[in-house]
Amino acid sequence: MATLIPAPLDIESLRKDFPLLARTVHGRPLVYLDSASSSLQPRPVLAAMEQYYETCHANVHRGVYTTAEEATARYEGARVSVGRFIGAPDPEREIVFVKNATEALNLVARSFGAATLRRGDKVLLTEMEHHANLVPWLMLSDQIGIELRYLAVDADGRLDLSNLDRKLDGVKVVAISAMSNVLGTIPPLQEITDAAHAAGALVVADGAQLVPHMPIDVQALGVDFLAFSAHKMHGPTGIGALWARAELLESMPPFLGGGGMILDVRLDRFVPADPPHRFEAGTPPIAEAVGFAAAVDYLEGLGMARVRAHEEQLTEYAIRAIAERLGGACRVFGPPAGPDRGGVLSLGFRDVHPHDLAQVLDQYGVCVRPGHHCAKPLMRVLGVTATARASIGTYNDERDIDTLIEGLTEAGRLFS
Amino acid sequence: MTDLEDLYREIILDHYRSPRNRGELESPPARRVEGFNPLCGDEIVLTLLVDDDQVTDIKFAGSGCSISQSSASLMSSAVKGKTLDEVRGLIRTFKAMMSIHEASLEPAASGGSDEGSHDGHDGHDGHDGHDNGAADASGEAANGLGGLGDIRRLGELAALQGVVKFPVRIKCATLSWNALAQALDEIQA
Ligand SMILES: Cc1ncc(COP(=O)(O)O)c(C=O)c1O
Repeated sequence: MATLIPAPLDIESLRKDFPLLARTVHGRPLVYLDSASSSLQPRPVLAAMEQYYETCHANVHRGVYTTAEEATARYEGARVSVGRFIGAPDPEREIVFVKNATEALNLVARSFGAATLRRGDKVLLTEMEHHANLVPWLMLSDQIGIELRYLAVDADGRLDLSNLDRKLDGVKVVAISAMSNVLGTIPPLQEITDAAHAAGALVVADGAQLVPHMPIDVQALGVDFLAFSAHKMHGPTGIGALWARAELLESMPPFLGGGGMILDVRLDRFVPADPPHRFEAGTPPIAEAVGFAAAVDYLEGLGMARVRAHEEQLTEYAIRAIAERLGGACRVFGPPAGPDRGGVLSLGFRDVHPHDLAQVLDQYGVCVRPGHHCAKPLMRVLGVTATARASIGTYNDERDIDTLIEGLTEAGRLFS
Repeated sequence: MTDLEDLYREIILDHYRSPRNRGELESPPARRVEGFNPLCGDEIVLTLLVDDDQVTDIKFAGSGCSISQSSASLMSSAVKGKTLDEVRGLIRTFKAMMSIHEASLEPAASGGSDEGSHDGHDGHDGHDGHDNGAADASGEAANGLGGLGDIRRLGELAALQGVVKFPVRIKCATLSWNALAQALDEIQA
């Protein structure tokens, strides 16, 4: 089979798709380096949502009139698009639309976790989890007394898998970030999943950071659940997805109760609907689903392999340029650039507080995020209270990194 | 970069680099309170000794950004030796200063312009810290909030008024002051 090396992304023309990139702040062009928090939306996504509202908005699943049928078709069509994007074998039954990755992970813990786990059952997490994949399990632990274990993060910012088999002993669920939102670490998910399955555990993958930046095939990965958010992948806020194997969803009790998630209701009982609707109580985010579908179409148009190649290259450039121009003054947390690292650059610059760094960078139009990034346990492991995080998206280029370094240099001058 | 220089005035950078009254007093006898900014993880531990209605000693510990650290340092210098009544007055005046621009910023901010924050810009560099234009800077905006003569009396503390142009940073500046207010409440109770 011949391997086709795809042409690289044309960033210059891609940037024109994003209206917000035309904005200036403090008289300087916007340098958006906060895509790990939330990404920007290209025109086709904005247009799809506007077109939906202008031509066929109605509530879904209830009307027989034409526009209601069209709205339902758009919503269910979005489910298929989003499912195909991650290689779901049966998207109509396996994609649950939720508010965001956080809700998807809560759904797994509350519905699947609460129904299948018993006091003393073990759940394996990692030290680098986002609070979204930690707090729901802590809450479940408070409720039913499950035991939480953690894979450690080593000095390079990678997961310590040296005694994975021992850690997996007796574990029922492994819940793990597919890419760290602080370190960029991409753990060997397939390897971990194989080991987990061999130990009799199911795997919940938090894909909030990985799905927007890499080609993903849930069947090849072998995970049992995958959670992600539209707004981190050029889609709108207010919608995300949980993918799970159909038979798992079949076995799970409802999460939220209300309209749309039932087959029948009496005064003394109810019969839940089949998945995925069983987990979608109330009027769903319909326009957002349309926007979500447009976002995955947009990413597919770019080609996820090309997106990854571009971002891996730019991450490598950034880490090298920071080292060359700022030397030991600037620390980039996480593994060195490479195939197991995404474009999240958590920075420590001398002893300048991340808040101050971000403030100075704002004057350069550079958007970075200071703080604990909803990963307080990981901050403790790293021995810091906060970092300044610059994160790369499809539309970033070397000039953005150069401006970042220019701003960091100024911060160094100001606070020296 | 005038806004940024207004935020990071020399006095602030000086107190950040060489903080006054850093550390912890033994508690007891000192009163100990903690302040916490969940947004950025900044923490402050304030210990103060009150004798006969007077703050005889005060120290602060913890970690945070230049604004929260310099504000704590400036605050500790300002309240040391003052009576509790004087300290309460200082807290009121400082908090009023921290809200002056916040209120007047809102209409400009909702207009979506990043120029909106220039109102009341004093153009002084504020190196001496005393009477550095605080009064004329906030004149129209004050609208009876606390009184501007009071701000003038803040002395070096007036250097922190640049913070109000950066609304998310106001919490950094007020962190140690809230801890101080809490300590006074506890003493009174
Ligand atoms: C790794 C990871 N998991 C989960 C989330 C939660 O995403 P959301 O806030 O969209 O629910 C985030 C977003 O910050 C994340 O980075």
